[in-house]
Amino acid sequence: MADEALFLLLHSEMVAGLYRAAELGEGENGRCTTKLESMGFRVGQGLIERFTKDTARFKDELDIMKFICKDFWTTVFKKQIDNLRTNHQGIYVLQDNKFRLLTQMSAGKQYLEHAPKYLAFTCGLIRGGLSNLGIKSIVTAEVSSMPACK
Amino acid sequence: MSWSPGRKQENHKISRELFVLTYGALVAQLCKDYEKDEEVNTCLDKMGYSIGVRLIDDFLARSSVKKCRSYSETADMIAQVAFKTYLGVTPSVSCSSAAGNEFSLILDKNPLVEFVEELPAERASLCYCNLLCGVIRGALEMVHLAAEVTFLQDRLKGDAVTEIGITFLRKPEDRKYKRS
Repeated sequence: MADEALFLLLHSEMVAGLYRAAELGEGENGRCTTKLESMGFRVGQGLIERFTKDTARFKDELDIMKFICKDFWTTVFKKQIDNLRTNHQGIYVLQDNKFRLLTQMSAGKQYLEHAPKYLAFTCGLIRGGLSNLGIKSIVTAEVSSMPACK
Repeated sequence: MSWSPGRKQENHKISRELFVLTYGALVAQLCKDYEKDEEVNTCLDKMGYSIGVRLIDDFLARSSVKKCRSYSETADMIAQVAFKTYLGVTPSVSCSSAAGNEFSLILDKNPLVEFVEELPAERASLCYCNLLCGVIRGALEMVHLAAEVTFLQDRLKGDAVTEIGITFLRKPEDRKYKRS
């Protein structure tokens, strides 16, 4: 859909713009990632509100995670999460084998060091969504081979 | 999960809201980073330009439109096809100069400001949608049409409608078109 193209372009431009600005200034990579993550947080909060307006109450944490993997991910990235694993003690691993924000970048190990920048916004998105559903969380991302990520 | 038609439309709306919310977060972040409104406006314009030069490829691939033969056709194309495809609104086009190279796109409903009520007092001269100007400028430049794009009226600043002015700077060079 056309909206997707717009969002993908805006996102890559955001990442590039923020890092460019940081280079001209003091050059602290960590701050850029934090900025991106907090932007994602705000967007995630707003989005989850609009999205769950009409859905039924969630039974438990696992239900919420399944919602994120199926409906939320489908709406935002047009596909579902490929694999969800948990240790039933509060740690969940969501695996996406063809993450939309990374498919355009490479299909292997090239540019691996740049991948985390592009995942910061999405981590924030998930954290914001969970926070508005009542779950405090820490979201991290790991990329071992593009375009799959956890 | 069953996908009823109503659900699909809702998802479509949510995707658009994702874009609008992301844009809002971006402007908010830029306002935090830069003190002056002009700097934020310039930054948005530059980002829009980079997006525009890539968006035009996507647009041409998606819509397979024929070559535009005049400035007014180009302006119509932007308003009726591009805006419709990407933002879901169709601005009205009017030509505002005798020479035929200045056009205005008038937007009754600007989807980017859906969640914005008003500009904060200290940011009175912020062009919230300056990204759009950059996008149009970048896209036009990639089809060899230099143009200046600015906001003539902005609803957020109290005007009745949002008006984008496009001024084409040079005639399109026929030689370049014949080559492709």
